[in-house]
Amino acid sequence: MQAFTQMTGLVAPLDRVNVDTDQIIPKQFLKTIKRTGLREGLFYDWRRRKDGSPDPSFFLNQPRYQGATILLTRDNFGCGSSREHAPWALLDQGFRCVIAPSFADIFYNNCFQNGILPVVLKSDEVQSLMKDALGSEGYGLSVDLGLQTVTTPAGKQHRFEIDPFRKDCLYRGLDSIGLTLQHEPAIAVYEARRRSEAPWLFVDLSS
Amino acid sequence: MSGQTLFDKIWDSHVVRAEPDGTTLLYIDRQLVHEVTSPQAFEGLKLAGRRPRRPSATLAVPDHNVPTTDRRLAIADPISAKQIQTLEDNCREFGITLFGMNDIRQGVVHVIGPEQGFTLPGTTIVCGDSHTSTHGAFGALAFGIGTSEVEHVLATQCLVQKRPKTMEIRVDGTLSDRCSAKDVILAIIGRIGTAGGTGYVIEYTGSAISALSMEGRMTLCNMSIEGGARAGMVAPDDRTVAYIKGRPLAPKGDLFDQAVKAWRQLKTDADAKYDATVTLRADDIAPQVSWGTSPGMVTGVDGRVPDPRTMGDEKTRKATERALEYMGLTANMPITDIRIDKVFIGSCTNSRIEDLRLAAGFAKGKKVAKTVHAMVVPGSGLVKQQAEEEGLDRVFREAGFEWREAGCSMCLAMNADVLQPGERCASTSNRNFEGRQGAGGRTHLVSPAMAVAAAVEGHFVDIRNWG
Repeated sequence: MQAFTQMTGLVAPLDRVNVDTDQIIPKQFLKTIKRTGLREGLFYDWRRRKDGSPDPSFFLNQPRYQGATILLTRDNFGCGSSREHAPWALLDQGFRCVIAPSFADIFYNNCFQNGILPVVLKSDEVQSLMKDALGSEGYGLSVDLGLQTVTTPAGKQHRFEIDPFRKDCLYRGLDSIGLTLQHEPAIAVYEARRRSEAPWLFVDLSS
Repeated sequence: MSGQTLFDKIWDSHVVRAEPDGTTLLYIDRQLVHEVTSPQAFEGLKLAGRRPRRPSATLAVPDHNVPTTDRRLAIADPISAKQIQTLEDNCREFGITLFGMNDIRQGVVHVIGPEQGFTLPGTTIVCGDSHTSTHGAFGALAFGIGTSEVEHVLATQCLVQKRPKTMEIRVDGTLSDRCSAKDVILAIIGRIGTAGGTGYVIEYTGSAISALSMEGRMTLCNMSIEGGARAGMVAPDDRTVAYIKGRPLAPKGDLFDQAVKAWRQLKTDADAKYDATVTLRADDIAPQVSWGTSPGMVTGVDGRVPDPRTMGDEKTRKATERALEYMGLTANMPITDIRIDKVFIGSCTNSRIEDLRLAAGFAKGKKVAKTVHAMVVPGSGLVKQQAEEEGLDRVFREAGFEWREAGCSMCLAMNADVLQPGERCASTSNRNFEGRQGAGGRTHLVSPAMAVAAAVEGHFVDIRNWG
């Protein structure tokens, strides 16, 4: 996984609440057996008009947001299905950071598995950033995971909270499975205890 | 020391180790796997040269992509076929039990887990699917995960988790005649909102919950995620034990007795505290119909489509306006004036034998309206078999419903069962998101009984005084 330390990037504002993962990437793109190449499916139904041509009113089709690396959006982003194709598609589009007042739990978790930093800011902070990002072309933000800050072009800093463990894993780009495997002895001890306390969970289901 | 909630008991008994900040390495007893969210996990294992830690703790089944028409024919969509083939190949390579597409035990992953006795009280259960919350009906801690975590559990039988908060949703009283668990959960989501449960595990309590059948409890827990909670649970009782007993993968003999003894401890202590509590009166719950593009956009069938002009909050107003435009509805119109084109009875929410019995009871002797196309998709091959033994298929067919093979089908329309743009569907599934059942399709979430009545009348009707 790619580490995330700090970045400065162009902001793309998606001014909608409750954006669900079916919108982020519709079902027809879930048939893949790969993690890559999902950019084409990102916001697929919103990106196109009924005749299939690109909808110029959709934010990611507008020249001013080309090359954006920070997605700014509203409450409950990523709700619904657990599909990790959602962060894969965002990453494939070039987004490394999503800023919102709140995220759905599973999506929030999935971001960390893929080197994407989800930043929770207060509603009024997002409101002010949204206004600025919509109002001025080329609007960018600096995000610093180490300092846990989002800094505006005018120098205003917004601090965000993040679990220390998650932060460390993302900051160093750690392989989380490798990290868990370091605790193999503890897992083995637990498993032996569980086997004696709940032996009915250790019968071979294939027999 | 104050007592523990049901959640606390299960969580604490699965802690392998904890980081200083409370991040926990949690042991996972069982994992369910389906074809859509697993290929990249197995690929990850292969690339890293890892093997599953306990292949026998995992059960796999294809459900999302499978056709609900004649299975003897090859799958028309080569990409769907490849995904299902990939699951079969991976299960063979890694020694994981698979119920293949032509196995009578095949079905929606959240239907077959309980049906087989794979889902047990007091366990931690995960699946790369947000509706894993369904299994909480048995007093298990069950939640959906992403594909990276599917790989994590395969490799380590553990997950790194932050302890969630607990929310009690207490429903006392008696549900009115013909209202069901589906109406209860839709009413709950209407109350707490689609993010109300974010960061929480919900425990459903109260006399109206205890009165629910296991199927009803599954319907209830299934949609916890639509209220933002990754997991929902109901404490196990006699009904739970009776449901599990004798199922193919359930413990047998002395082991069963030993398990039941442990399961009896799985309840919230009288002096335990929840982080939040929400209460509802079952008597106040009317049959529910969603009118918008988020499950929280829901009202009683005796209500009206809301008017965004009366809404103070700008974000809510904008979201409502957008939803009404997408759904092709006008403010203030009575719900019973909404005409439908399609009816879908199925999904991990409402496709179990009890759902089908109930739906067939209402369909008996009736005819689906000429303007409506209606289908019934059983949750598993075994549900289908049982329904056919009971003659339910004949009732549905005679009423003009199509009777299909088991699978996820039109709940998310990954197979050929898709809404056309602008088509309006009364659906017993769980999500009414834009395009969920097909690009441009319009979904109204309802109970099986409400779906049957809508199929017959061509528009929504109040099931309480119908037929």
